[in-house]
Amino acid sequence: MASLHSNFLGISSPNPYWLASAPPTDKKYNVLRAFEAGWGGVVWKTLGSQVKNVSSRYSAVDFNGGRMMGFNNIELISDRPLDINLKEIAECIKLFPDRAMVVSLMADNDKKSWHELIKKVEDTGAHGLELNFGCPHGMTERGMGAAVGQDPEIACMVVEWVMEAANIPVITKLTPNVHSVVPTGRSVVKAGTNALSLINTIQSVTGVDLDTLVPNPYVAGKSVFGGYCGPAVKPIALKFLTTIAQDELTKTVPVSGIGGVSTWKDAVEFMLLGASNVQVCTAAMKYGFRIIDDLCDGLNNWMDEKGFNTLDDFIGKSVDSITHWEDLDINYHHIAKINQDKCIHCGLCYIACEDTSHQSIKIEKGNPYNTYTIIDEECVGCNLCQLVCPVDDCITMEEHRVAPEYINWIEWQKRGLPLNDH
Amino acid sequence: MAIENNRLTEQQYEENFADIHPPYENITAAKVDANRCLFCYDAPCMKSCPTSIDVPKFIKQISTENIKGSAKTIFSSNIMGAGCSKVCPVEKLCEGACVYNLLEEEPIPIAKLQRYTTEIAMKENWQLFERKPSTGKKVAIVGAGPAGLSCAHALSREGIDCTIYEKENKGGGLMTYGIAAYKVTPQFCEDEVNYILSIGGIDVKYNQELGKDITLAQLRKEYDAVYLGIGVGVARHLDIPGEKLEGVVDAISFIYDIRAKGFSTVPVGDKVAVIGMGMTAIDAATQAKRLGAKEVTMLYRRTQDEMPCTEVELDIAMLDGCKIIWLTAPKEVKGINGKVTELVCSKMKLGEPDTSGRRSPIDTGETFTLDVDMVIKAAGQTPFEDLIEDLKIQNLKGKITIDGNCSTNIQGVFAGGDAVNGGKEVVDAVQAGKDGAKAILDYIF
Repeated sequence: MASLHSNFLGISSPNPYWLASAPPTDKKYNVLRAFEAGWGGVVWKTLGSQVKNVSSRYSAVDFNGGRMMGFNNIELISDRPLDINLKEIAECIKLFPDRAMVVSLMADNDKKSWHELIKKVEDTGAHGLELNFGCPHGMTERGMGAAVGQDPEIACMVVEWVMEAANIPVITKLTPNVHSVVPTGRSVVKAGTNALSLINTIQSVTGVDLDTLVPNPYVAGKSVFGGYCGPAVKPIALKFLTTIAQDELTKTVPVSGIGGVSTWKDAVEFMLLGASNVQVCTAAMKYGFRIIDDLCDGLNNWMDEKGFNTLDDFIGKSVDSITHWEDLDINYHHIAKINQDKCIHCGLCYIACEDTSHQSIKIEKGNPYNTYTIIDEECVGCNLCQLVCPVDDCITMEEHRVAPEYINWIEWQKRGLPLNDH
Repeated sequence: MAIENNRLTEQQYEENFADIHPPYENITAAKVDANRCLFCYDAPCMKSCPTSIDVPKFIKQISTENIKGSAKTIFSSNIMGAGCSKVCPVEKLCEGACVYNLLEEEPIPIAKLQRYTTEIAMKENWQLFERKPSTGKKVAIVGAGPAGLSCAHALSREGIDCTIYEKENKGGGLMTYGIAAYKVTPQFCEDEVNYILSIGGIDVKYNQELGKDITLAQLRKEYDAVYLGIGVGVARHLDIPGEKLEGVVDAISFIYDIRAKGFSTVPVGDKVAVIGMGMTAIDAATQAKRLGAKEVTMLYRRTQDEMPCTEVELDIAMLDGCKIIWLTAPKEVKGINGKVTELVCSKMKLGEPDTSGRRSPIDTGETFTLDVDMVIKAAGQTPFEDLIEDLKIQNLKGKITIDGNCSTNIQGVFAGGDAVNGGKEVVDAVQAGKDGAKAILDYIF
């Protein structure tokens, strides 16, 4: 049986699942419940100057009957007194010494505040620090959170302050509210951060109430931009993660992956694209801490099936598969094939191709069931039909290379080869 | 053994005749099912509906909470969409064609979703159709059943002034008179008729029977066109000795009494035989059982493979405890003092296929006898052959013959529904009414 043991900067945890810095990790009660359920570690909700929260705080995007495909919050950092937080952190560490206890920090914007805060947190016995340079609401107006992460120079300065004082590993959490996370990532790595984590939430409006005409979440007739997370943001998180995993400088430090991790499959994807472990929040907020069982079990079974004994055996394995468009092989071609035995005649492949793609599916009318077949010569291999098909493995993409040798766009142009003619 | 009424307590009647397909409690429940719909293109469900309701569209509209749009989608194709959601044998129509069946998964509960939308529309009395200004043209419609109402509604929308002549004192036809009480209530039928008529431009004259109170010649003279949606009559005679004995009843009257007179007033035997295996036979047998009959036996001259009812309907009868005897035809009803005591039956076997394509039953000569005190006739219904002959309308054994334009052999006289097809589903009659309206509009203008 594979080992799920995770070692992140020497911070050990029985599995690679940490609860992200958020409401689930803001007090001892929740954290102990999480540890009892089996979570590998937590990043304690951000400590700093005490704040005051508002009501309401969350809103969500539902999709086709599924709740919380995307989730958004306007909650600030911890609103509990610092000394209580510190006391509870120490108690949790004592009760569960084998779990990772990382504490998220967002001090006021001066060196002294950071140094004082770090000292107090280190006294609890915490294993690491995570710098919150990503919170996109509330704190930014005060020059903190995302306001730091969006400016590589400020971020660099703060990390330098931190590294002067810190005796335990420091993880810098990056904001996705930038066109690229790499400049800030490089900047903080240069400043000495021991690791990176990403992504924080994305600024968003989840929707507008069609009766009151006020956007969500509602606070006395008004709303503000909130931080978006949950399954909907996973693809964006994976993209940002990949850019960090591919950059020559940022790839030298470990990364904790965050952004819509809901299942063991999501976790594997984050790790294949370079994350050493993952942090989870929305899925736990939707279902509770019990989801840790399948997160571990599914990962374990997958590793056994694939023959991976440790997490390091597969971390980063897919990073090099993401390349530049110019390097793609133009001679590669595949064509859709509909398995008539599996087809349930819903016609979704047909209408998608006919209305919005390449008119590559032939329809033979029947009563009540039509027959759909691919017109091989017209199919550009776009995958659309396969993506809309509701039946697993009914539509497959079959390889039909145009020519055996690899040729990319640059070479194609050089040789003056023909362009598309349809 | 005796035929008696008032066999059960009030509570037992209530339980036995409760809605067999309860509706969704709320939109959340409806959306759970609506969201399962794949929104098929050129959808098999739509193609399997005689009125071609755009099923994926109305279900999608439920999932987007556009219930009014959903109602308009349904009623645009089928003005009796509310009633059809309760009485259609959907297992052989839309739901039977749902692509989920091909995955061996439960089909989308289309009827239940349709009921959800249409009940709200009726409750809110949404006026979804606007009648065009009156054209001054007048059409007479005979029969306020599904065909007649559907035809009248379609014509009224186009500004035609319609007058419906109905021989009973209520509209709805077989929907009102011939369907089990646990499927539709008399109140619902009345509400549905009123909802359809609320478009305006349709005047219904009740207790007006063609050939008695009104004549075809008169209607042809006073109106620009005539539509006959007269349906079919009473249950087919068995043409066997003893048919006149007390205790031999017609399924349609039996069903009607249950709905019109109240459960406790309708008498039922201890041991009841039901002849036939169509939807009406099932409705009669199950309701006899639910009224308190101790034993109900259904007789059918062919086998399960040929039965006209669906498997779902058969299951209702069997779950109600009705016995089924296949390959059996009634031969003679015997009685004492004028009252039924026995039913002599012939054992049948299957021979060559007949005109219906089904193997025809052949008498083996063997007989057996059932002790019964009541016999319900439900072996199909007879067209109004005499009436139609009198009107000199071309027909086939009483079923009116029409051409491709719904026209009879008499100019300006159109027909559709059970009177033409001999007795099909409500939804078929609704479509026939639509077709008739279209043909009449072409004829008038």
